Amino acid sequence: MIGADAIVRCLEEEGVEYVFGYPGVAICPFYNSILNSPIQTILIRTEQNAAHAASGLTRVSGKPGVCAVTSGPGATNVITGIATAFADSIPLVCITGQVNSELIGSDVFQEADITGAVESFVKYSYLVKDVEDIPRIFKEAFHIANTGRKGPVLIDVPIDIQNKELKKFAYPESVSMRTYKPTVKGNMVQIKKVAAELAGAKRPIICAGGGVLLSGGEKGLLAFAEKHEIPVVSTMMGIGAMPTKHPLYFGMVGNNGKFYANRAMNESDLLIMVGARVADRAVSQPDLITNNKVLIHIDVDPAEIGKNVGPEIPLVGDARHIFEDLLAQEFQCQHRQWLETLNEYRRTMVEKRNPNPAYVDPAGFITRLSEKMEADGVYVADVGQNQIWSCGYHIVREGRFLTSGGMGTMGYSIPAAMGAKLADKSRQVVAVCGDGSFQMSMMELATMRQHGIPVKIVVLKNNYLGMVREFQHYNYKDNYSVVDLSGSPDLEKLSSAYDMKFLRLENMDRLEEVLDEFLKEDERVLLECIIDPMDLVR
Amino acid sequence: MEDEKLRKKVFQLLVDNTSGVLSRISGLFSRRGYNIESITAGLTADPRFTRITIVASGDDEILDQIEKQVGKLVDVRDIKELAPEASVYRELALIKVRTDSEQRQGVISIVDIFRAKIIDVASDSLIVELTGDQAKIDAFISLLEGGYEILELARTGIAGLGRGTENVTYL
Repeated sequence: MIGADAIVRCLEEEGVEYVFGYPGVAICPFYNSILNSPIQTILIRTEQNAAHAASGLTRVSGKPGVCAVTSGPGATNVITGIATAFADSIPLVCITGQVNSELIGSDVFQEADITGAVESFVKYSYLVKDVEDIPRIFKEAFHIANTGRKGPVLIDVPIDIQNKELKKFAYPESVSMRTYKPTVKGNMVQIKKVAAELAGAKRPIICAGGGVLLSGGEKGLLAFAEKHEIPVVSTMMGIGAMPTKHPLYFGMVGNNGKFYANRAMNESDLLIMVGARVADRAVSQPDLITNNKVLIHIDVDPAEIGKNVGPEIPLVGDARHIFEDLLAQEFQCQHRQWLETLNEYRRTMVEKRNPNPAYVDPAGFITRLSEKMEADGVYVADVGQNQIWSCGYHIVREGRFLTSGGMGTMGYSIPAAMGAKLADKSRQVVAVCGDGSFQMSMMELATMRQHGIPVKIVVLKNNYLGMVREFQHYNYKDNYSVVDLSGSPDLEKLSSAYDMKFLRLENMDRLEEVLDEFLKEDERVLLECIIDPMDLVR
Repeated sequence: MEDEKLRKKVFQLLVDNTSGVLSRISGLFSRRGYNIESITAGLTADPRFTRITIVASGDDEILDQIEKQVGKLVDVRDIKELAPEASVYRELALIKVRTDSEQRQGVISIVDIFRAKIIDVASDSLIVELTGDQAKIDAFISLLEGGYEILELARTGIAGLGRGTENVTYL
């Protein structure tokens, strides 16, 4: 057995079913060994998307997605995908080929110091120096990626190490790391304090972040919120932690969130931030969430607590464990009036849109799309105006809402949707992007075709980089600079080139009929929606 | 005004002796914009571990973040503050002073007062070795600068340990 065989064995031991990647000489031993394995390889069309696809798979399956690329440009191309996963704490294991160990540092062909280059975007990285270390390193990598504050781990494997004979392969049963022991269970003293504060609160609210979903804490959140009738808002990454139409859910906060969600958070007297970073897009004015209120910050990463605002009660642990412990606490809440106030806000603070009837209204379209999707469907939003509309109007029932929140990486939706589909083929997966973000990942139409991955794609087409155009509208007096997307391909012809079903919606008249056609079969289909180029998210 | 809130803090780290551990730690300081005054590293009695002493400066929030962010690194087993009252700090300085035959005796007398050592003598220079806390070394240097020309100076940055056995991390 050589190093490359050992890597494949490690992936098998971890239950990996798919590897997304792109070969090159430095990773060829690995791609040769994997031919003898039941693990399926997916030839992605650019390396960045290998990490996005792995991210989509991870977020649906709960297990770290794996990508494997070659040295040099293969490795540097994957960095944006890794950084995207890192910003949203998505666990990945990324394998990069590297030049011969003895040549490292001599700037040979396709050499890049990838462990150095990716340092600020990974939870940890390894450069394998001894073939005998492979089983331990892979065991640790999967463990580090998927525990504590989750995140990507990169393993750089020189080609000579991949080719070297291994004396003996033994996959470790467990991980023993002297230095890495994340805390997931909350301190009981702090948990009792939270219960005591809640019992006295008149206007409590929970703000759920992506950490709730990452830890599998949704059920606990729902049970806890229902038990004490505590209203819940969410950050962008927390969308789907509560069903959108749940009476206790009051929408997404932040500068692109619902007015009533922000108002609810600001007027609360007790705010429980859970699995959220209190970052600028969700909380643009940190003092608003500390003034006149008790802030409880729950996070698995102690460094997030107090980074942006100082909480009254810090509580380190993951959402799943914390809600389990909170549910075991017996106390009575008394905030009837508060819920009535919030419901009143929700009734009256309705955002007014004046859709242009000549075009598809993205808000109305997204609402109907999500209502017509299967209840457990996966909706993957890209980045741009389309993302803000998706956040505002998509309705999560039992499904998932995936997007690139922290990094805001355009082109995320199509590869991530492919990964999500492979993670669970029984679920309907829809990627919704703009015409800008679509063109950042449209090469993956070939991957979907080659590997038979039936993802449904919606392109909200306005011939602009709409989010930037909107910014230029407000901040540069409509002096549009480098946002015109004319020159974009004819999507009907493009679909036909990739042997893909194509639909077009030009206004809302045929909405129901086209959506039925779009959703009826589990097949690759592209739906182009013509939206008003001058439409704004705000 | 901002500077008035800045404090110095000495951190003691126990880290896995992996390749790249120093660059991981120093990289964290630079990318998050933390100030590092000095950093020293060396193996412990157990060669699997390295002991690192970092002197960092910042306001209370930044110093708190430094402790948390560094503590979070996978290779870092332990980080704690070495509070001045409960710790000893030492730094080593090597100082090359220009001395002709007339000046030599003056330098030697300062060296004696500070219990420093002369470790190299040339016709026109001396190298002095001094160990102590930073204040002592600063005082020594400013005294020398008063009357002599310092040609070269090398300081190690401080290494430190907590006093007593209370806070020992047993490996």
